[in-house]
Amino acid sequence: MSTVQDYPSRLSDPASRKMGTFSYLPEMTSDQIRKQVEWIVRHGWNPAIEHTEPQFAKSNYWYMWKLPMFGETDVDAILAELSACHDANPGHHVRLIGYDNVTQGQGANMVVYRGTPV
Amino acid sequence: MNAQPKKKYDAGVKDYRSTYWEPDYSVKETDILAVFKVIPQPGVPREEAAAAVAAESSTGTWTTVWTDLLTDLDHYKGRAYRVEDVPGHDEAFYAFIAYPADLFEEGSVVNVFTSLVGNVFGFKAVRSLRLEDVRFPIWFVKTCFGPPHGIHVERDKLDKYGRPLLGCTIKPKLGLSAKNYGRAVYECLRGGLDFTKDDENVNSQPFMRWRDRFDFCQEAIEKSERETGERKGHYMNVTAPTMEEVYKRAEYAKEIGTPIIMSDYITLGWAAHNSLSKWCRDNGMLLHVHRAMHAVIDRNPNHGINFRVLTKLLRLLGGDHLHSGTVVGKLEGDRAATLGWIDLMRDRFVKEDRDRGIFFDQDWGSMPGVFPVASGGIHVWHMPALVSIFGNDSVLQFGGGTLGHPWGNAAGAAANRVALEACVQARNEGREIEKEGKDILQKAAVHSPELRVAMETWKEIKFEFDTVDKLDVQHR
Repeated sequence: MSTVQDYPSRLSDPASRKMGTFSYLPEMTSDQIRKQVEWIVRHGWNPAIEHTEPQFAKSNYWYMWKLPMFGETDVDAILAELSACHDANPGHHVRLIGYDNVTQGQGANMVVYRGTPV
Repeated sequence: MNAQPKKKYDAGVKDYRSTYWEPDYSVKETDILAVFKVIPQPGVPREEAAAAVAAESSTGTWTTVWTDLLTDLDHYKGRAYRVEDVPGHDEAFYAFIAYPADLFEEGSVVNVFTSLVGNVFGFKAVRSLRLEDVRFPIWFVKTCFGPPHGIHVERDKLDKYGRPLLGCTIKPKLGLSAKNYGRAVYECLRGGLDFTKDDENVNSQPFMRWRDRFDFCQEAIEKSERETGERKGHYMNVTAPTMEEVYKRAEYAKEIGTPIIMSDYITLGWAAHNSLSKWCRDNGMLLHVHRAMHAVIDRNPNHGINFRVLTKLLRLLGGDHLHSGTVVGKLEGDRAATLGWIDLMRDRFVKEDRDRGIFFDQDWGSMPGVFPVASGGIHVWHMPALVSIFGNDSVLQFGGGTLGHPWGNAAGAAANRVALEACVQARNEGREIEKEGKDILQKAAVHSPELRVAMETWKEIKFEFDTVDKLDVQHR
């Protein structure tokens, strides 16, 4: 049994809280984030940014950062807004959504800046 | 005003083709169309066999009866309108049959199939018969109930986007106590899966009564949700001997606040399943659908009903998830055919595509889509192929591939989740994940000891038996 490793998740340990898609991977580098933004743009989805205090992360409705960037295809502009949202809301989770208006679903949804979990 | 009656009663047996074979018929938008693979008895011409199938699955019987003349049979009869060779098969042919709208009760899948696959399947003039595809006209689709929620509402309810969902069927299938079973559920969910699942034959046996199972599993769901901050579910199987019992279990599942229940739509029966599906929409409950018994009906390439038809039928009856086969795991499933029927589960409009076994355009109107569930003998090494084949709108359902991890279910679940997210990330970056799968998984395993151990455990397992039910293609 000595080779069996314990699974280190705890109710009492905020580090056990996950944040949806990609939260089981290490935080992405800026180059990796850029590629995910390109994936959204390539599908013609509308980028949108939302943020929240980590203690309210379970709500369906995080705060919208401005409005969804309808029709925005400039990857740098999207990255700049993500950064602006993060700067204005330090400690918050900040996520990027790709709204698909045809299915009325979200083609993509990932937390780009991870706040401190609670 | 009617034209003067022209027909006179002429008792006796006539060739079916004199009434039911109409090669010049142009199909109507409102017709239900069906294609059968027919192997006739020796000496029976194709047109006669096709006409016989049309007759016996619609208005006809073996002899003329005087009451035929009291109605307008031309308005009600099914017609064989085309026959085609089956590629790679000398004896079989495809018979295309059009059924007029007025033959059927609105919104009744039961009624349609009682005609189409009724007595005709025991009919002596054909040696074997297989229903390959059915085109449901939009009027019929719009009168059926459809999935209680559908793919996009389910994603919204569960707050999960941009990736396939992950599940695990708890094993051993039978024999665990409710508390031990709930333990297995909890470990899977805290490790990173979205769902766990009752096996199809877990109902309410003496070793684990349904109510005890529901209670322990619900505690597992709630604790894992608090622990991970993510929404979780366990497909609580409400399949039961009577509908009173089905509803009782479903009501209790709702009362304790669980998000999803499950049913077996073939063994439960289509009318019963349809009722349960309506209950699910009324009560905000997601519905996972298993397909026990399907292979009895769909596996023989010459006789029965192709699974693509059972797929369409379930979308019409209603369900939010349906097992589809995996292509890569332990169970039967041809890749192109599977791609065809997962499109039929999810898309708004599916075009005729013989390379995927799809014989007709199918317009689903506004009917929501169903998540295909890839379940059976899959593990982390299959992940690149699964993500590539199934895309985001799917549930990848493990069993031994989670529970068999040397460090237990939570580690197995984490390995599944890390492998999934690594494949999704790589796909989004534009990489060819089936080709580069090994590299993608190995890099992800650097940060995940759970994945590394899973990859060491299952490296050698493959399922490379030949598929029995293949698409009909020329092989000579």
